[in-house]
Amino acid sequence: MLTPQTEKDVSEMIKGASEPMKIKGGGTRPIGRCEATQTLSTAGLSGIELYEPGALTIVAKAGTPMAEINKALTFENQILPFEPMDHQSLLGTKGDATIGGVVAANVSGPRRIQAGACRDSLIGVRFVDGTGTALKNGGRVMKNVTGYDLVKLMAGSYGTLGVITEVAFKLLPRPDTTACLILHDLDPTRAVAAMSKALGSPYEVSGAAHLVNKARTVLRLEGFESSVLYRLGELKTLLAEYGGMSEITQKDQAEAEWNTISSVKGFSAHNGDIWRISVKPSDASAVISSLPDNTEIQLDWGGGLIWAATPKGTDVRAAMAAISGHATLIRGDGALATFHPDPAPLAVISAGLRQQFDPRGLLNPGLMG
Amino acid sequence: MEMPAPDASILDRKARIVARLQTVLPLDSVIHDERETRAYECDALTAYKCPPLCAVLPSSTEEVSEVLKICHDEGVPVVPRGSGTSLAGGALPTADSVILGVARMNEVLETDYDNRFIRVQTGRTNLSVTGAVETDGFFYAPDPSSQLACAIAGNIAMNSGGAHCLKYGVTTNNLMGVTLVMMDGTITEIGGAYLDSAGYDLLGLICGSEGQLGVVTEATLRILPKPEGARPVLMGFDSNEVAGACVSDIIKAGVLPVAIEFMDRPVIRATEAFAKAGYPDCEALLIVEVEGSEAEIDEQLGLIMQIARKHNPVELRQSTSPEESAAIWLGRKSAFGAMGQINDYMCLDGTIPVSELPFVLKRIGEMSKEYGLDVGNVFHAGDGNMHPLILFDANKEGDLELCEAFGADILRLCVEVGGCLTGEHGVGIEKRDLMVDQFAPEDLNVQMKIKDVFDPKWLLNPSKVFPLAASESRRAG
Repeated sequence: MLTPQTEKDVSEMIKGASEPMKIKGGGTRPIGRCEATQTLSTAGLSGIELYEPGALTIVAKAGTPMAEINKALTFENQILPFEPMDHQSLLGTKGDATIGGVVAANVSGPRRIQAGACRDSLIGVRFVDGTGTALKNGGRVMKNVTGYDLVKLMAGSYGTLGVITEVAFKLLPRPDTTACLILHDLDPTRAVAAMSKALGSPYEVSGAAHLVNKARTVLRLEGFESSVLYRLGELKTLLAEYGGMSEITQKDQAEAEWNTISSVKGFSAHNGDIWRISVKPSDASAVISSLPDNTEIQLDWGGGLIWAATPKGTDVRAAMAAISGHATLIRGDGALATFHPDPAPLAVISAGLRQQFDPRGLLNPGLMG
Repeated sequence: MEMPAPDASILDRKARIVARLQTVLPLDSVIHDERETRAYECDALTAYKCPPLCAVLPSSTEEVSEVLKICHDEGVPVVPRGSGTSLAGGALPTADSVILGVARMNEVLETDYDNRFIRVQTGRTNLSVTGAVETDGFFYAPDPSSQLACAIAGNIAMNSGGAHCLKYGVTTNNLMGVTLVMMDGTITEIGGAYLDSAGYDLLGLICGSEGQLGVVTEATLRILPKPEGARPVLMGFDSNEVAGACVSDIIKAGVLPVAIEFMDRPVIRATEAFAKAGYPDCEALLIVEVEGSEAEIDEQLGLIMQIARKHNPVELRQSTSPEESAAIWLGRKSAFGAMGQINDYMCLDGTIPVSELPFVLKRIGEMSKEYGLDVGNVFHAGDGNMHPLILFDANKEGDLELCEAFGADILRLCVEVGGCLTGEHGVGIEKRDLMVDQFAPEDLNVQMKIKDVFDPKWLLNPSKVFPLAASESRRAG
């Protein structure tokens, strides 16, 4: 195991490498097949470099554990806007998830519909490319259009374009309180319609999920208490046509509900393949119909994100071929590709980028691009 | 700002190139008469002008593709153009280039409220995107101050922001998909009406690439439900430091205003003389706006005013009606016009960490004395995006150059304190040569390697973004 302690170490290790390497953060989100004979761990690149609560900004080294980030943010009553999920119960992994891993996989939770994805809050990145060159892009300010946006490119590139060594984020104040409105016994089509109506309202819904097997549709409101209660009342009136409702106004209970949804805890006992499917919300029902009957489904992002636990070997992409969107195989051991294939012109671009950033094919080969 | 000398062999081939373009476009879509090409000689950075070889105004993605195939084949540089409102010279042509304007492509292609998106042709103006959905209670969030005129194509090219990005983000955070035509004419789709595109985030790379990677002809944009209401509070302080500390305290208190605007004394005085908004005569003025229902607004403004009082404001005025809101915004919205009444001005766009605000304002004041040029500051304080307005006299010999040197020093200062050269206007030609102050040679090189992948012949808007010396070998290739 290569265990660099500084960015310079990373650079030297890559320059001196003769074999491809697997890039590892906390190891809680293994994905796909990577053809490497050695592992480089970012665990040694750890620590918060700068935290300015008054500027809503944090900068941390890539291997900093999420627990450390969350602790610092909690102390100042702030949050990472995109609510990164913990994959451990879903994937049955154990470890200290790192902030660099969150960026590499562009991990974004339920609040994505309101506050954007990981890539939207990421404002700066340092990384070492496949030639061992240390590079930076973005910075620590919220608005920055100076040159090309490699910050976005690095988010979700799964370590295939470079080893991320440092990341900077913009933050949000932690909501004062959280409440849920729960709709009961809706089928997926009606549930998506209800969620769309809620998300099309001015009541700032910050989470909209539907647990298919429980027929439970959960809407989240966050903010100052009086405002949350006001909006809860308005939502109930708005959604009256959808029938049976209940609510959670206890902050702890509401947060626990969303923690379960965010980390897809409902799937933890499932031993089939796990897919993450991104579509237009109104296409969610069609995707569900195209999958085998014994598939477990959880909808998030108002129906735009479908978590599906399918029987092993189910070709979800073939099943949803007529629907525009994409599917990622989060866990599966079959012959199916991890990532949705790019359309031909984009595949050429992706391969070209990969060639520019990692000409020797050292970083997570076989995973992407 | 220097531009590369035109390629004489292209100038010689003008007749042939125009004739070829006329085979794929209607006659009135190819503008080649020298009197008419002047209309395309500059954008909103009017200090620099050069008529193009010709301008084309295609009306479909397919026509754009045909144009690019011909230019690719002929080796002719192409400068994409939205509405020509760039303050950075992003759409400035060279004499050997073809301007590709998307102004005739301005249709709404699809509106979907259930899935909260709109798909438009990119020649459509920013404000008319909101215009297409506002009667149904929706809006498109990025709101650059040129929104009446600027096109979505240019917004995407520059990753434009606006006054409300503290809450809603900039263009890249509201862009879901594009139809991209590459320099060789290949048409491709990136992303779509769903969140998060597959594979590498090429959408994020395209947005803000200043028309150097491809021509975006259609865009899928996220639309949002309009808030129930919005109201500002105006507060005046007797120093920039105190105003800066107040901004920081508001943010730390857990309120997320939709906008925090800052004006310093020179701008306050200019706007008072021009618009008579009734602002207090003080060192620094903040306008903080929040959204929600009436009760929610009252609660948030109450909290914000409570924080402001701790900083002993010389004035604290909460709006209680649309008329009062308009009065508070009047001065801010006329700030640029007011400064323009005094003299010509250059508008900068550097961004700084919010904590550096007092120091940077103090330094700008000192530099203003050294250069002998007045400067006013009006900017989005919540996100640190400054807009120093340097006053100069365009008719006075050497004043423009002096102003540019002053501007460059301010931008270097922004970089020194941990910020960047441009927050929302883009690099264009204006900040091209300052890129070396923000980026190491390898950081610039990796960006140019990306252009190599998308546009190997370096024909798309080639003389922008990168210092000419840095890009020279590639452009010559």
